[in-house]
Amino acid sequence: MYFGLSEEQEFFQDNVKKFLADNASIDEIRKIAIGEGQDLQSEIFQGIINLGINALLVPEKYGGLGVGLLHAVAISQALGNGVGPIPFSASYVMAPLAINLGGSEKQKEELLPKIVSNETRFGVGLSEFVGAREDAGLEIKNNKATGRALFVMDAENSDKIILATKAGVLFFIDSKDKNLIANGLTTVDKTRTFQELILDKVDCEILEESSKNIEVVKKVIDAGRIILAADTLGASESMIEKAIAYSKERKQFNRTIGSFQAVKHMCAEMAADLEPCYSLVWQAAHSFDVDSPFESRLLACQAKSHLSEIGKSVSKKATEVHGGMGFTDLLGLHYWFKRIGLNRQILGAPEIVREEAAEIQGFNQ
Amino acid sequence: MDLEFGSEYDEFTKNVQDFCKKYSNAIITNANDKKFEMHDALSGNSNEKTGKVINRSEWQRLLIEKGYFARSIPKEYGGYGGEPDIIKSRIIANEFSKNKVPNAMGGQGIDMLVPTLLEWGTEEQKQKYIKSTLHGETIWCQGYSEPNAGSDLANLQTKGELIDGKWVINGQKIWTSTAQFSQMMFCLIRTEPDASKHAGISFILIPMDTPGIEIRPLVDMTLKAGFNEVFFDDVTVPEENLVAKRGEGWSVANSVLGHERGSLANPNATMNRLNTLINLMKEETIDGRRLIDVPSYRDRLLQVQGKVMAVQAHSLRLLSSKINPNQNVKLGGMIQKLVGTELRHELEGLAIDIMGELGTLYEDDPNVRDGGSWQFTYMYFLGLIIGGGTNQIQKNIISERGLGMPREPKVTVEV
Ligand SMILES: Cc1cc2nc3c(=O)[nH]c(=O)nc-3n(C[C@H](O)[C@H](O)[C@H](O)COP(=O)(O)OP(=O)(O)OC[C@H]3O[C@@H](n4cnc5c(N)ncnc54)[C@H](O)[C@@H]3O)c2cc1C
Repeated sequence: MYFGLSEEQEFFQDNVKKFLADNASIDEIRKIAIGEGQDLQSEIFQGIINLGINALLVPEKYGGLGVGLLHAVAISQALGNGVGPIPFSASYVMAPLAINLGGSEKQKEELLPKIVSNETRFGVGLSEFVGAREDAGLEIKNNKATGRALFVMDAENSDKIILATKAGVLFFIDSKDKNLIANGLTTVDKTRTFQELILDKVDCEILEESSKNIEVVKKVIDAGRIILAADTLGASESMIEKAIAYSKERKQFNRTIGSFQAVKHMCAEMAADLEPCYSLVWQAAHSFDVDSPFESRLLACQAKSHLSEIGKSVSKKATEVHGGMGFTDLLGLHYWFKRIGLNRQILGAPEIVREEAAEIQGFNQ
Repeated sequence: MDLEFGSEYDEFTKNVQDFCKKYSNAIITNANDKKFEMHDALSGNSNEKTGKVINRSEWQRLLIEKGYFARSIPKEYGGYGGEPDIIKSRIIANEFSKNKVPNAMGGQGIDMLVPTLLEWGTEEQKQKYIKSTLHGETIWCQGYSEPNAGSDLANLQTKGELIDGKWVINGQKIWTSTAQFSQMMFCLIRTEPDASKHAGISFILIPMDTPGIEIRPLVDMTLKAGFNEVFFDDVTVPEENLVAKRGEGWSVANSVLGHERGSLANPNATMNRLNTLINLMKEETIDGRRLIDVPSYRDRLLQVQGKVMAVQAHSLRLLSSKINPNQNVKLGGMIQKLVGTELRHELEGLAIDIMGELGTLYEDDPNVRDGGSWQFTYMYFLGLIIGGGTNQIQKNIISERGLGMPREPKVTVEV
């Protein structure tokens, strides 16, 4: 019995952390955030790809590493920890899973190796299946997709995009299709990109298995939720580390602020809240990997919801520990705050996923 | 990640399961003993009570005989005498919890005194006390706190002098749980008045029927838990009632504090209480609607469930760190008392909230639900938030020893 990340997973995680520490410092993140860092961003992206994160969830049969979701969770924690300004959750977790679970053999052979060779990068938009805002939603007629997808993840500069109909059928389109209008969204989080897509009879190809089995889209969403929870976990961990470090340096009233009990207790509360979160997120991923559907869906919902709540409270307290400095762009703590804030809202905000968790357990008649 | 215990445990698990089937929902009788009144609610035992009826001391003996309790305590001291095996202990706890088999008795004698004697006691002390404690025949109370020594426990002043080969004890303890039911007290006493604060304390065992002991019960907010003031007036006990050496009492007490903090909020008990709460919400109604169908109640339930699932998963990680010594979960261990007691208090409080007016009923009111256990446990866990090292003290420990934050500057003048 061993409960935790394996040595290999920790090693991979440390590599990503170290890469981000060396190549994506706060000055670099800021450049990217204000739109002056395109080259920088591609360099960081290329560096991370060289570590192999795009190949994680592609089965070995199609040239990938064929590891499980727990491995991707370890990476997601590292990306959250360093607010990694690169696509991951959609492009390298949800997309390969969608194709692997939902694609025909032919589709898998065609698409999966190209994710590994980095020839094709996917964006993914499933928000309308989780809960459509405004009039958003997609329909397919005669192999053409029409409608609006409001919150598509990792879509900017992608090659293809996986979307879902209201009924949960997964399909993909070409990001450059002439009947597609893509509007970049301005969110609070500048470390990742999101697009609104408007489709007017766009050519699409259905991932065949997903039209027969609703489980496909649901599993992709489970995985996405666990990965976002892991991102929040990593970002929260980093905020606590920063708060503790700052509290040992900053002096007021002739003593380090970390010797004030109010500050110590905030830090202890953050640590006590976050410590069980590692266990919850890892167990959710493990349960997904060993394929126990009931348990893993419940865990995915609860991990997403619980991490959203704890992340919200940690990001507030850690900012407070920094005083006025915490509020500045100079320190840049807000990049973590906003990343956690965004993770909370997508693929089901806490109340929405909790309601799903209730349904899974048959609570609401 | 590997959550399997391995096939070498299959047979053991099967035996435990067979036992559990026989005693599912068993009723353990306490001969109307007040100290066990709320035992089931506290330890998360099932409230269905449809199984076999067994007397408590018989139950203790049966569990020991099977090796489901006192498993690794040597036979000569009344235990089962098994090799320590964390996985087997876990399998027992899990199966008991899943199959709604009542837990063995706990308490300060079993959870604290027995491990203390195993580590520090003389052979004679082990022979004399452990067996009867495990069988539930000797009940112990813990005499640590004093009126001026609470969080600052090392400030304790109850005095012990060795006169003619006997300890003569004078002073006062307070908040002593179950003193009124106990045969024995394990006690911290200042025996070396000239030594420094922490080095002047000894750990001494005191029979509660010794002349000169006066117990004055203190009514607590639950009206049921019952702690006491205990006064010592020339209380005289044999020299050999000292555990470890003179002046080592502080180390002795600290070595088993971990046992108490871990036992105060068992995640299996919390999960069982959550399941009882879910059933309650399916049965109780408001305007004919099940409480679980009220969206705001349901959302609060799901929030608490998320926390319970997190501490359950966490207990697996802590277990894993005991089996795999390379795994470092130091901080993860330190947070247990804080997180566990706060969560239990929140969970029990939620049950009261959703019951509205009915949630206020208590004691023997004819309409009270589950014997008033929700109100009782809600209050009791507030007591545990304060007792066993307050949760503020826990935060001091977590931040200073876990997170390496600076210690509080020493105040030298009275403020
Ligand atoms: C239900 C229950 C059962 C108990 N059973 C026993 C028992 O069987 N045997 C026994 O010996 N004792 C027992 N106790 C006593 C318990 O250990 C003490 O109550 C506890 O240690 C707190 O001490 P105190 O009551 O003197 O509070 P105080 O120490 O006076 O604390 C009052 C407040 O000040 C805070 N405070 C104190 N010092 C600090 C600090 N350094 N930093 C921050 N905040 C601080 C505390 O957190 C608390 O909020 C029990 C208590 C309860 C509630």
